[in-house]
Amino acid sequence: MKITIPDFALVILIGPTGAGKSSFALKHFLPTEIVSSDACRAIVSDDETDQSATRDAFDLLEHTAGLRLKRRKLTVIDATSVQPRDRARWVALARRWHALPLALALDIDPELCQQRNQDRPNRQFGSHVARNQSRALRQGLKRLAREGFRQVQLMKTPEEVAALEISREPLWTDRRGEVGPFDIIGDIHGCWDELTALLDKLGYQRDPYTEGEALLSARHPEGRRAAFVGDITDRGPRNLDCLRLVMGMCAEGAGFCVMGNHDHKLARWLKGRNVKLTHGLDLTAAELEAVSESFRKQAHDFLDNLRSHAWLAGGGLVIAHAGLKEEMHGRGSGEVRSFAMFGETTGEVDEFGLPVRLDWAKAYQGKAEVIYGHTPTLEAEWLNNTLCIDTGCVFGGKLTALRWPEREVVQIPAARVYVEPKRPLGADTTRSAQQEHDRLLYFDDFAQKLRIESRFGGAILIPEENALAALEVMSRFAVDPRWLIHLPPTMAACPTAPEGPFLERPEQALAFYAKRGATTLVAEEKHMGSRALIVVCRNVAAAEKRFGTEDGKAGVVYTRTGRPFFRKEAQETELISRLRDAAYRAGLWEELNTDWLLLDTEIMPWSAKAQELLQSQYLPTAAAAKASAEALMAAIGEDGPPELAELRVAAARKGANSAALQKTINGYCWVAESLDDHLVAPFHLLAAEGAVFSDRDHSWHMQTLARLCEGDPILLATRWRVLDAEDANAQADLTAWWEAHTGVGGEGMVIKPIRFLAQGNRHFLQPAMKVRGRDYLRLIYGPDYDLPENIERLRQRNLGRKFSLAEREFKLGLEGLHRFVERAPLRRVHECALGVLGLESEPVDPRL
Amino acid sequence: MQIEITLTAPSGCGYSARDLGFLLHKHPDHLHVRDLPQGKGRMFFSSAAAEEATAVLHLEIDPVGLVRGKGEGSGMLDQYVNDRPYVVNSLMSVALGRVLGQTLAGKSKERSDLASRALPLRLRLTPLAVSGGAEIVRRLFSPLGYEIAIGTLDNSGRLEILDVSLSAEVRLSDLLTHVQVLIPVMDNATHYFVGPDEIEKLLAKGVGWLETHPEKELIVWRALRRRSELARPALDRLAEGVVEPLVHDAPQQETSAQDGEALLERPTRLHDLRLNAVRDVVVEAGARSVLDLGCGEGRLLRLMMRERQIDKITGVDPSVRTLEAAARRLNLDEAGAALRERVQLMLGSLTYADRRWGGYDAAALVEVIEHVDPPCLSALELSLFDVARPKLVIVTTPNRDYNVLFDRMAAGELRHGDHRFEWSRAEFADWAQGVAERNGYTPEIRPLGPEDETVGAPSQMALFRRAA
Repeated sequence: MKITIPDFALVILIGPTGAGKSSFALKHFLPTEIVSSDACRAIVSDDETDQSATRDAFDLLEHTAGLRLKRRKLTVIDATSVQPRDRARWVALARRWHALPLALALDIDPELCQQRNQDRPNRQFGSHVARNQSRALRQGLKRLAREGFRQVQLMKTPEEVAALEISREPLWTDRRGEVGPFDIIGDIHGCWDELTALLDKLGYQRDPYTEGEALLSARHPEGRRAAFVGDITDRGPRNLDCLRLVMGMCAEGAGFCVMGNHDHKLARWLKGRNVKLTHGLDLTAAELEAVSESFRKQAHDFLDNLRSHAWLAGGGLVIAHAGLKEEMHGRGSGEVRSFAMFGETTGEVDEFGLPVRLDWAKAYQGKAEVIYGHTPTLEAEWLNNTLCIDTGCVFGGKLTALRWPEREVVQIPAARVYVEPKRPLGADTTRSAQQEHDRLLYFDDFAQKLRIESRFGGAILIPEENALAALEVMSRFAVDPRWLIHLPPTMAACPTAPEGPFLERPEQALAFYAKRGATTLVAEEKHMGSRALIVVCRNVAAAEKRFGTEDGKAGVVYTRTGRPFFRKEAQETELISRLRDAAYRAGLWEELNTDWLLLDTEIMPWSAKAQELLQSQYLPTAAAAKASAEALMAAIGEDGPPELAELRVAAARKGANSAALQKTINGYCWVAESLDDHLVAPFHLLAAEGAVFSDRDHSWHMQTLARLCEGDPILLATRWRVLDAEDANAQADLTAWWEAHTGVGGEGMVIKPIRFLAQGNRHFLQPAMKVRGRDYLRLIYGPDYDLPENIERLRQRNLGRKFSLAEREFKLGLEGLHRFVERAPLRRVHECALGVLGLESEPVDPRL
Repeated sequence: MQIEITLTAPSGCGYSARDLGFLLHKHPDHLHVRDLPQGKGRMFFSSAAAEEATAVLHLEIDPVGLVRGKGEGSGMLDQYVNDRPYVVNSLMSVALGRVLGQTLAGKSKERSDLASRALPLRLRLTPLAVSGGAEIVRRLFSPLGYEIAIGTLDNSGRLEILDVSLSAEVRLSDLLTHVQVLIPVMDNATHYFVGPDEIEKLLAKGVGWLETHPEKELIVWRALRRRSELARPALDRLAEGVVEPLVHDAPQQETSAQDGEALLERPTRLHDLRLNAVRDVVVEAGARSVLDLGCGEGRLLRLMMRERQIDKITGVDPSVRTLEAAARRLNLDEAGAALRERVQLMLGSLTYADRRWGGYDAAALVEVIEHVDPPCLSALELSLFDVARPKLVIVTTPNRDYNVLFDRMAAGELRHGDHRFEWSRAEFADWAQGVAERNGYTPEIRPLGPEDETVGAPSQMALFRRAA
């Protein structure tokens, strides 16, 4: 005997003790698929026959089986399950997780069972046990189907048990192997003109129209398939024709359809059930009464066989008439079927007399994109990875299709209003459904260990304590999360120079990249100011439209930890408007076809943001070091004893070092009262509408930004050059430039592979590396760091962790930006910003 | 950093200034080098004539060692750019003990008479960064009879860098003891951990001068690192047998910025009043479950716990550390299951929504909203009034109108460094009205604290009752 079972189900073995359930189970299922009551008894009590532990053992069994079902794993329950009340518990469990409950009953002669028990040392119970269990089993056998089991297999002898073969197949809804491309088409409701126009627009080749009841069909020359979200008929003018076309396309394999509530009701009517001819069914019924009995039978069979939903493309796409919660994807139960057809309602009715629907999409957080219809809306709008494509064609709206995976919306406006909608299709708001939803983020979505999938390879883990620390900082100091679309990564220092008075030299950075196969590099001057991310929009309306913000701003300037950059909001407003004008002058708005830009910049002077550090740390240290050295020199005097001469020379050197520190600091400080006293140096043009510019190389960024910088004196174009890491002349030129620049107080240089996203010989390459000047490093390592006794110790620095941190932050930052550009839910954008902030609390030497 | 000690020998005094070498146990013509834990101490005489001799003790601190420690262990500092290696601080006090221990003890083999008598001495400390500035130097040393000369070397940073000279007819050991004790007091820091044994050291070194020093509270408070559990017993012991007004609190200028708000409002005990008022409203409303948003260390939670009618009390705060402190103060870690069930603490933030906040009868925000950036108030409104929707919301916040009555506040200043705004009565009423209208609540505003005729009460409270 061969049977086939779904590859996701809850299999309940039924049979008296000694019937051979456990060995049967082991023969057909993985050991990990089997949850046995005896094993659970042993786990909780060390004794698998301890009947006093039964209650706890069954709690454990239920819990374990539940967790497996939650993860969509086939599960076998190995317990006697001869009593209806025991089985009821397992049926309920299966329903809870939308798994099909199956019964495999081993109705073995109780005498034989008893005999087997006698042979086993821990089963020395009286013969009545197997006998009673067998009687209970036989009494219940007939009712199994009524108890809710979807498949029942009975085996009456050990021979039958031995002969059974079990094969598995996917559930009907599990069509993960089909990857598209698809053209998903919304609720048709008999709108023949619009349907055919839409198919034409989508590129389908239609058979010539014929009168009568023969099936019609259409197919796409490139093999794309149409996917109908259901509700083919009712309310509209040509229900029969629509049905003929959809049926024909499905029969030919050029399309498929999931079950809509109207399709379900029509099938019932066709079967002769007592159905009210309301909601437009009257029109369909009238058309179908005019055709042959055999067509009606064919239509019935077609509709009756429609599936609740389709789980497609490796689990990345779900099509269901009324949408589907994540926990129901690729599963089967009455609840799944009902949800997929009707959605979830509260039982209340609204002011138009229509049922109040729970908006499952608001709570949806799944990875699969769910495309659905059922609820007519004005526009097809993404919300949390879901899209409703019922745009109310029959109510005078549009018939909508979604090209997938292109995510392109294709629409045909309704020729006229066929039926007046009871409820208006929706108010016209500036904010999209997603933005309306994203006005608020949920703390509990982030207060946990975060695992953030990045398209640049692998997932990035943020430990819970880091996430919590980041949340605290975010909630106390950060700008509105809707603005916070990106936090920049930290940058690693170059490998340490091996000798001499320098800790960092360009040669090390060049060698680092050359060794890893990146020879074309860019070197950019590094500015000493404060990092600032700037979102600039064309105007406030554009900002509100794209970012969903409500603060009346046309942009924002924030620090690398997400805090507002300027204390005075007026300065922020002024900078945004000047950048906007500069972008007009450079023609960037048209060229990039965008209403917004994200710039990565350095804003100078350093003193504008770093007053507190300057006052409490840098200036006092420099002054004290100088005073200390001078006091010693004065005490020794010009012509002190010879034994003090050496000490005086050392003091003089330290005095010079502290003066160099003061001079370096002063170079980064000036009074910046008005915005005009600042300098803004952009160095990455990170993103604009529809694009993250990590696909452009750094020369594009620098050239484009140089044009922007021409538009306003407050903008400073960064000096940069391209070089070949292996060309000795270029190296020498670069080193000379670096020495000249850092010799007059410049911070140093940033060296990057020319490609924004650089792949090394094997790994992702460090996206950038800083090479800081000798005097600048006094700000980092103290005034006297380059004295021989100090620098040799400082050369011992651990760059590995910093490299790893910089790489993870870089991936996360870009991931977040891509998500924003793709209009992902804010939660998924915010998660990346939070991740970068969380990573920053890792213990890594802050001086690197 | 260095100190310089100068001895003068007026004519007919009967000693030579070069005798300073005997007092310091250091030959005036030699360089003396001493290895110290954090660097090197060098002592030499910059002049050594019979009329006047000056000894210099210069400390060269290893700046890399301070951060990296010796070998594997991590150092005491996080930042290489730090004034610790350069300004006179507790490292010098420790060095004094190491290099001049005998002198501090008043011992001198060859010149014991000089060691035990007052001599015309001058001691210079340079560079010195004094928390509180030159004024503090005067308050500390004038009562001890020193003539003080102060030069300013630099004033670019927050603290001036000073060059201080103290002159007096004084025993050398007393001078050095005064300086050794008062260096960390001026610097207001120590490089080592201050524990209970520091009380004994301080009192021993203070014998004969600290008991009667008019600034002894300041000295003890700073020397014992503002730890009241150390400073109070030390002050009590100093006061024993000395007829003087008793010690109350720390001196005013010693209050840290965080204490500022409490200090301003202290006379009214306003915070207790607020908490009681909130508790009364909650109880009166018959609430059985309460959400304390921004619970801090749990003072309101404690009040609520005493109310039998409330069987679910949840404190929310964004800071892990604050919640840990609250759990300790409320003894939740050792509480029984029933109490743990009844009182719960959770991390959360007012600018995010939270699914765990649903279904509460009441929510309280006591002096919390003014810590939220104004642009985030709309998120707060949504999360609290639109998503969580408790039946009753209580918000208290300072009344800015009242600030004019705090004489220690400048115009426009806020009561706390982290306040993002303070609302006048009109502004608060306006906000409350808007929130209530948009979300289906009925607002009521009450004053909190004694009312002034023109500017109202120091604090204000809004009650929002959800329409049924």
